[in-house]
Amino acid sequence: MSESVELPAVALSPSLPSLGGATDAVADAAPRVVRRNHWVVRLTHWVNALALPLMIGSGLQIFSAYPHFARKGEAFCCYPAQGLPIPRWLRFGGWLGGARHWHFAVMWVLVANGLLYLAFLWLHGEWRDVVPRRGDARDALEMAKFYLFARRDHPHQGKHNALQKLAYFTMPVLGAVIVLSGIAIWKPVQLGALTALFGGYAWARYWHFVAMWALIALALGHIFMVLAVDPYSLRAIVTGWYDTARSPERRNARPFYHLFSRPADDAGASEAP
Amino acid sequence: MTHDDRDSRTAPHELLARRLGRRDFLSLGSAALAAAALAACNSRGPKSAQRVLARMQGVNEGVERGLFRHRSVDAPPDRAQLAGAAFPSYFISKHVPVWDAAARGPWTLEVAGAVRRPVRLTMEQLRALPHITQKVDHFCVEGWNARATWTGVRVSDLARAAGGLTPDAGYVDFQSFDDDYHESWDVDSALHPQTLVAYGMDGALLGPAHGAPARLHSPIKLGYKNTKYLTRVVFMPQRNGGYWTDIGYEWYGGT
Repeated sequence: MSESVELPAVALSPSLPSLGGATDAVADAAPRVVRRNHWVVRLTHWVNALALPLMIGSGLQIFSAYPHFARKGEAFCCYPAQGLPIPRWLRFGGWLGGARHWHFAVMWVLVANGLLYLAFLWLHGEWRDVVPRRGDARDALEMAKFYLFARRDHPHQGKHNALQKLAYFTMPVLGAVIVLSGIAIWKPVQLGALTALFGGYAWARYWHFVAMWALIALALGHIFMVLAVDPYSLRAIVTGWYDTARSPERRNARPFYHLFSRPADDAGASEAP
Repeated sequence: MTHDDRDSRTAPHELLARRLGRRDFLSLGSAALAAAALAACNSRGPKSAQRVLARMQGVNEGVERGLFRHRSVDAPPDRAQLAGAAFPSYFISKHVPVWDAAARGPWTLEVAGAVRRPVRLTMEQLRALPHITQKVDHFCVEGWNARATWTGVRVSDLARAAGGLTPDAGYVDFQSFDDDYHESWDVDSALHPQTLVAYGMDGALLGPAHGAPARLHSPIKLGYKNTKYLTRVVFMPQRNGGYWTDIGYEWYGGT
């Protein structure tokens, strides 16, 4: 393993071809530091990270003007928290009109960003990294078992593990639901067919709201897993480069386990020549 | 010996620093700074953003006008329940505005401005015009909607009663006797077949809580655009703001 001498990653990697989702089964022959995230992915990721809190905060401010879903004079089956105001610290925009201005401005940023990301996934074929395929359900189950200590070693993975893949697939789907239901609320008469598709105005508001919370849950889960399992991926989402020798699979990493490296005995056993 | 072995003997914080690299820390740092700056300004957001937001309001108005079709109508299902007594009511005066005929003379509706033959209609004359009854939604900017049956004269028929519009009639201001409440509209939306000067609601004459003797009602604009306690319909070449619009709600407010 003399070739694993610490070389400055930046000096080593640009001359080597990117392997994208190279797995470490072949890590000895393949470059250790690989190009993982294209600039389009990095840009759209960080635009989302900045714009989504503005969109969520202004949305919650708007919602606070009528924290119910029932049409006037009717009841609504499915929102137990109706009438409960949204905590002030979660809101953004100052007042209903101000929040609407933010919401209807930032929406274009997010829509353009989302379309850029989807166009990139399509044109670069990277949709294969996130669109589920046969076997992913089983792999996701294995990942869950590993995280819950029902399995000892990290399942083999490509660029993303199966749970991660599922999350990264669900996020744009939720994004699409949020955009479409948002348009349905914005233009319930001129685009009434879309509003009807969501079950009418009150239900369109509901799906908009529920999908937002689902997206928040996934985003928080994502942030937690990055920090607790693979903080090395922060480098990949900023500079694009990823150290495959630090992958969770190589470290056998669960949340807060083997965060810095894999214990010597495990590593020696699996990497014996 | 593997690099993993070596690394496991290095202090964790050193490793983390080396792994993440200087650029990553810089990026993380600037992200944290941006977040702090956001938290520091008040919850309305930075002042410098207001110009951008105003510009985007213009862009959105363009999009809304582009989507506008006279054929697109609000059509709740026949079995749709009416809001009835739950239909919210509001006004800006201290008390429910009631037309004082003893002091002001009989109520009339003036159709003026960019029309060929300005008219002043009494309630009898207004009710003699062609009228329709429609069950539609009322969409409030706050996020609720309410259904009612409205009876009244289409604004397009009202314009016809005033001899038709002159070519410079791009906008129309709907004025009231509820203090200085008014809202101006684009003329396209005003001439939409579901935009009414309504004098009946849910089969009865319009009550004082809902804008008696007559009010503007249309499902195609947000509630605040629908002036109640109507007195004047003034067609004009330019927009004239409005009560809520001047406070800062978007002027177009279409649905």
